[in-house]
Amino acid sequence: MKFVGVTSCPTGIAHTYMAAEALEQAAQDAGHEMLVETQGSAGSDPIPQAVIDAADAVIFAHDLPVKDVQRFAGKPTVDVGVKRAISDGPALIAQAAAAAAHAQANPDATAAAARPAPVTVETQGAGTRLRTWLMTGVSYMIPFVAAGGILIALGFMLAGFITPGGNGAIEVVKYGITNPDAAYSLMDGFNPLNLMHWAALLFVIGAAAFAFLVPILSGFIAYAIADRPGLVPGIVGGAVSSTMGAGFLGGLVTGLLAGFVAKWVTGWKVAKGVRGVMPVVVIPLVSTLITVGLFITVLGRPIKALMDALTSGLNSLGVGGGIILGLILGAMMGFDLGGPVNKVAYTFGTTGLAAAGTALDAPQLKVMAAVMAAGMVAPLGLALATTLRPALFTEPEQENGKAAWLLGASFISEGAIPFAAADPVRIMASSVVGSAVTGALTMAFGSTLRAPHGGIWVLPLIGNFLGFLIALAVGVAIMAGLVVVLKSRDHNAVRAIA
Amino acid sequence: MSLISTAQVVLDLPPTDRHEATRTMAQTLVADGRCTDLDLFLDDVRKREEQMATGLPGGIGIPHARSAGISTPSLVFGRSASGIDWGAEDGPATLIFLIAAPDGGGQEHLAILAKLARKLMRKDFRQALTDAVTETEVVEIIEREVVNA
Repeated sequence: MKFVGVTSCPTGIAHTYMAAEALEQAAQDAGHEMLVETQGSAGSDPIPQAVIDAADAVIFAHDLPVKDVQRFAGKPTVDVGVKRAISDGPALIAQAAAAAAHAQANPDATAAAARPAPVTVETQGAGTRLRTWLMTGVSYMIPFVAAGGILIALGFMLAGFITPGGNGAIEVVKYGITNPDAAYSLMDGFNPLNLMHWAALLFVIGAAAFAFLVPILSGFIAYAIADRPGLVPGIVGGAVSSTMGAGFLGGLVTGLLAGFVAKWVTGWKVAKGVRGVMPVVVIPLVSTLITVGLFITVLGRPIKALMDALTSGLNSLGVGGGIILGLILGAMMGFDLGGPVNKVAYTFGTTGLAAAGTALDAPQLKVMAAVMAAGMVAPLGLALATTLRPALFTEPEQENGKAAWLLGASFISEGAIPFAAADPVRIMASSVVGSAVTGALTMAFGSTLRAPHGGIWVLPLIGNFLGFLIALAVGVAIMAGLVVVLKSRDHNAVRAIA
Repeated sequence: MSLISTAQVVLDLPPTDRHEATRTMAQTLVADGRCTDLDLFLDDVRKREEQMATGLPGGIGIPHARSAGISTPSLVFGRSASGIDWGAEDGPATLIFLIAAPDGGGQEHLAILAKLARKLMRKDFRQALTDAVTETEVVEIIEREVVNA
């Protein structure tokens, strides 16, 4: 017969491999073929799906949850702790052979009947597991942030080089891959001799990559919880969260929800006829319907109501709200980094821009300056924090911190999302305080801005840019300090327990 | 640095309990800087033993841990004529393999440890180590069967 198996153990350096060797030897001695996937710390080579499909039975000898267990669905399975395989390999092979024979003789019986009680060990606490899930999502999202963010920033730089004085950054954002106005549609009118088109090309590709941030974050959080079945509901949920303007906080919700729903559906006991189509049809269909349906129907209205309330609150304050308005707008910009609260503040700023007309010191221009300065604080603050205290951050976060300098300088708040998604409470608290200070100071200094976007690439369009830079630097320093303090406290607490 | 040198071979462990035996073996790692924090490492090994004793059928004990107290992936080989209880059902362990891995070690070294773990299941490998007379012989067997295999 042909068998496949998976072994794993808590440390991942000894039992995993000993069990694999014991099983493969025992199988060989009994005249069978066996291939074992060692899910240990030396990395594991996944068994080709064709080999799994051809196998007569599966042996799981594991102390950790089997990764991508879905691949083995429907096979007669022997499920034991890792030590059984080491001490009693031949008995497990015999058990697997019996399970395979039984399944062949009774094609309608459920393969689950051949399983002794699983010996899965959950050793991690709820907090650790939540953090592991979030970090998985973040680690898959970071390359999208870096690629998209740097492309957008390069687009601004090139545009600014072509059209000096800051107007290039305003011009370049008018372009799209398609656009009703053919002059701004790269698909229709890309001209290799027009440098502005090259800048626009960088910008639109970056924007396309950014569209994946929340779907990838959400999808891979769900993947961490439920393995492969989590991907479809997670990614679709994240895309819907983006469309609804719910930002990365919405993505965290859809990711966790999709993971739990997919895990639950995967556990359903179904008739053998249905089991074959479970992974490809039933699980994605049902879990996506439930996850996204719940998100739209339950959370759609509260998000809309929140945005409406914030907008009318800002409108009642009016553009002349001065330092208090700057403080509020700053806090909103730093709160959810592209989510609904941030979007209301940003829209308030850009809407005013249209009303400001040509006056050079209209209050609307001060609002726009405060909004942009505050939006630059979070990525810059985190870039500074990772530079000052790298030990407080994971390796992917440190790498992302380097890109965040450029992203923050270009007013791309998304550079901070990987940090905030992995550790929402501490990062958002620090960001709100730092951004609020910057917003208030920008107002106090009376800086103005005529561009809706661009960061330091529109510096020539900023009135009193010295005040703008000081306000920004103060907010960034405060935020970085808060992040370091909050994270160190957590760091020490964890060490004390461990 | 290689996985094991003659300093990491203890051919006649005194009769004692497994924690003392582990300490005796771990001390050989301190002298040449493979272990930078003995107490931390022993603590990590003990935690792993408490999770589940690492004694295996056939007179084998494999105390092991990934630990911040370790700088180089290392193996210490210990032999006890009278045997030391390592929690296996079929009796005390006469061959002890103390496996020490750094926290977050490189893939290459972890692959060698994986190969070692697989070799431990081989009767001829265990017999050769039982029969070895000198420390050099033990190191040669391990180098030949695991590191250069």
